[in-house]
Amino acid sequence: MKQKSLVKVITANSLIEGDVVWLAQDGSWTDSLYNALAYADPEQAQAALEQANKRQSEVVGCYLADMHLGPEGLEPAHFREDFRRRGPSNYAHGKQAQG
Amino acid sequence: MYQYDEFDRAFISERNRQFRAQVARRIDGSLTEEEFRPLRLMNGLYLQLHAYMLRVAIPYGTLNSAQLRQLAMIATRWDKGYGHFTTRQNIQYNWPRLNDVPDILDALAEVGLHAIQTSGNTIRNVTSDQFAAAAADEIEDPRPYAELIRQWSTDHPEFQFLPRKFKIAITGSPNDRTVTKAHDIGLRMVRQGHETGFEVIVGGGLGRTPMIGKVIRDFLPVSDLLPYLEAIVGTYNLLGRRDNKYKARIKITVHENGLETVRDLVEAQFRKIAPQFDEAATAQHLAQLKQQFAAPDLPPRRDTRYHDARRADGVFRAWADTNLHPHRVAGYSIVTISLKPHGGTPGDATDAQMTLIADLADRYAQGEIRVSHEQNLVLPHVALDDLPALHQALRKAGLATANVGLASDIIACPGMDYCALATARSIPVAQEIAQHVDALKLEHDIGPLKIKISGCINACGHHHVGHIGILGLDRAGVENYQITLGGDGTEDAVIGTRTGPGFAYDQIVPAIERILRTYLALRHDRAETFLQAYCRLGATPFKSALYETEQVHAA
Repeated sequence: MKQKSLVKVITANSLIEGDVVWLAQDGSWTDSLYNALAYADPEQAQAALEQANKRQSEVVGCYLADMHLGPEGLEPAHFREDFRRRGPSNYAHGKQAQG
Repeated sequence: MYQYDEFDRAFISERNRQFRAQVARRIDGSLTEEEFRPLRLMNGLYLQLHAYMLRVAIPYGTLNSAQLRQLAMIATRWDKGYGHFTTRQNIQYNWPRLNDVPDILDALAEVGLHAIQTSGNTIRNVTSDQFAAAAADEIEDPRPYAELIRQWSTDHPEFQFLPRKFKIAITGSPNDRTVTKAHDIGLRMVRQGHETGFEVIVGGGLGRTPMIGKVIRDFLPVSDLLPYLEAIVGTYNLLGRRDNKYKARIKITVHENGLETVRDLVEAQFRKIAPQFDEAATAQHLAQLKQQFAAPDLPPRRDTRYHDARRADGVFRAWADTNLHPHRVAGYSIVTISLKPHGGTPGDATDAQMTLIADLADRYAQGEIRVSHEQNLVLPHVALDDLPALHQALRKAGLATANVGLASDIIACPGMDYCALATARSIPVAQEIAQHVDALKLEHDIGPLKIKISGCINACGHHHVGHIGILGLDRAGVENYQITLGGDGTEDAVIGTRTGPGFAYDQIVPAIERILRTYLALRHDRAETFLQAYCRLGATPFKSALYETEQVHAA
């Protein structure tokens, strides 16, 4: 089986809504993991995180999350990130409700 | 019930005004998150997994109908149409927007509610018996004392930065429904001759290092309550560890220093500060509070309709058998409204349900509603003859599940569906267990059983004191559920014992079923409860059922 490569994305919660966002290619915050910018180089990711952390008027609590980069795109390496991109399991609220 | 006075109103209004300005400064960039975070937490606002969460204190679990209606309005207007009642007798809103929170707090203040000290290393909402002033077994209503403690502890200048959070529970009944022994301070009302006082328990707590509280004073006269509490918290404030978050709760202070040392320090501090308290003024204030909590005048009522309905309607009878509790006044009952429909989220109520319950409380229950730490709502004073009509109304709103005290009446913390601290999900495990026991039609046969689920080691779901406790963990990136058995949250509190290795998410429900089937096979008869059978049999047969089956499958 072909090994999926591990990459990092920058994620946070938006300041007003509190919903999960990821840093996108164009430097904006996206509400879809699909549009997140993946960093293969950990040092580059760390440097980008430090920059993202300065954007306090947009987001709260930036951190690096591990993702697998497979043929389908980014897939969370950990179930916590999987829940963050989807929403709670008891109601169709959060990301999953946005379709 | 207690009504805010001028002082309360002015204090809350000023705090809300300050927080509104703080939120504005956060949004306009004047405050960083680092600066803002402690300010929002002081006002009960958390940032969770998918959104902000606002935790609103329900003082000692007592609400009037206007307050519950307002909680429903807030859910409609600023949240997603529901609220979540917690094991701390609070309500949490899972989806508020930051810029709406000041308006929400103002709406709460309109009905005498707030979110102050629902977070942070302070004295939190005082919890109490959900059957207060109604239970047949009660010595005295604990709520005037709880309100006294609320007033003393709210914004107490010395206790805003304790080593760690601090929880006080108080009960007026010998049958403890408040888990006093798992609190930083537990107060159990006792009588000595004609005098009422408190047995004071200290150093209980669940979480990472579960401990049953120890009696520090076996009889504390009522007049000494505030100076003695101040002596305990003051002693802890100095002695409690601040070097390690995991050793900062008073349970560790008591454990490391020994009860005797802590008691000596507390008693010395008590003797020193007691003269500073105006005993006469406190007594007068307490007398006024007692008037506000005066039990409603309950006129004599017949019970013909109640007995007729029991005979004629099996559904009503089943509900009455599980959801009622004896009232101190003949002809009345205490009704627990289950917020645990099979497959539902434990503790959740929709805005429409809250509004209906408020209306029913006005019509049938003196306008009072209680929140239990087991995440149900309670109507404390209902005439027996009103029960058939009440049951009908509840049934139409999906609020008549007949399962209080049974296997599907599960406590579950929000877990990883909402909580940023969680290591695994709790809610879907509770949903699946409830649906499973319902499908098997087992729970009425099983009888009294407390299943409690926590989604992390902090134990908000009280799993240590569940007859069956479930703890969700992250084991190498996969959800894993450990089981404890034999816990007990009553006056005879016991921490449950872990059975062994945990179970995968898709194996936990079958594992719980094996425990239940073992009990059914081995109990003497229906009169022997799960907990009694476990105490008699020990863990061995349950462990065999849990783990030997697995080996057979593996082989």
